[in-house]
Amino acid sequence: MASKQGNGGNIRQRYYIEAGNFATAGEAASNIKKLLKQLGVDGATVRRAAIAAYEAEMNLVIHSLGGSLELIVNPELITIIAEDQGPGIEDIEKAMQEGFSTASEHARELGFGAGMGLPNIKRCSDEFDIQSEVGKGTRLEITFIL
Amino acid sequence: MKVREIKEVLGSKLIVGSEKALEREVLYACGSDLMSDVLAFVKEQTVLLTGLTNPQVIRTAEMLDVSAIVFVRGKKPTKDIIDMAIERDIVLLSTDYTLFEACGKLYQAGLRGRKDGE
Repeated sequence: MASKQGNGGNIRQRYYIEAGNFATAGEAASNIKKLLKQLGVDGATVRRAAIAAYEAEMNLVIHSLGGSLELIVNPELITIIAEDQGPGIEDIEKAMQEGFSTASEHARELGFGAGMGLPNIKRCSDEFDIQSEVGKGTRLEITFIL
Repeated sequence: MKVREIKEVLGSKLIVGSEKALEREVLYACGSDLMSDVLAFVKEQTVLLTGLTNPQVIRTAEMLDVSAIVFVRGKKPTKDIIDMAIERDIVLLSTDYTLFEACGKLYQAGLRGRKDGE
């Protein structure tokens, strides 16, 4: 499920996220939260990173064809990268608007798909970058300054 | 307000929660079935009132360090969801009141919501 490697005090952990699997959705974010707590990161930052990681993970489950969530921690920064194999976002500007959503009815029944995910990830993080190409995939990179 | 007082105000049943967890101090309440909204606005030391009983409610509470969850209209989660809450030390309560009534009772008892930007 996850791979871990440390080099020079850095932590790198990758979680594979299955498309459409709502039963396990949130496990990666839960692990990321535990890991950051264990590393002694301050509570407010752990919380911001956990919320952003969970929203990103839910996005992968709801919208992607499958992908991964990667956590990289060094003494200065926490970086979380969400990458998928498609389908890609047609209009990123629109996707960033609060209230815009293309989520399925099932996701909505679970309390998601209100078009709050990406704006909330941006609000939680210190740096936010999203690249997407239709037919290829999406790469979201967010950082938190320690 | 303590989790124990919330339990009493709502005449709710304790589904799961330790004696120690019932003494937790709660500063805010949030009533919503929209986890997206909850994730965007809720702070720690909050009680979440909801009509949803799926795993995402527990996950959302976990990410936010929510103190307790109240399921309204007498709803009870399944065992796997209760187990998730035990593992994460989240108090689960069940009240027969509707979401509207339950929020009203807590407001009347002095609990407030968090305003955006606070």
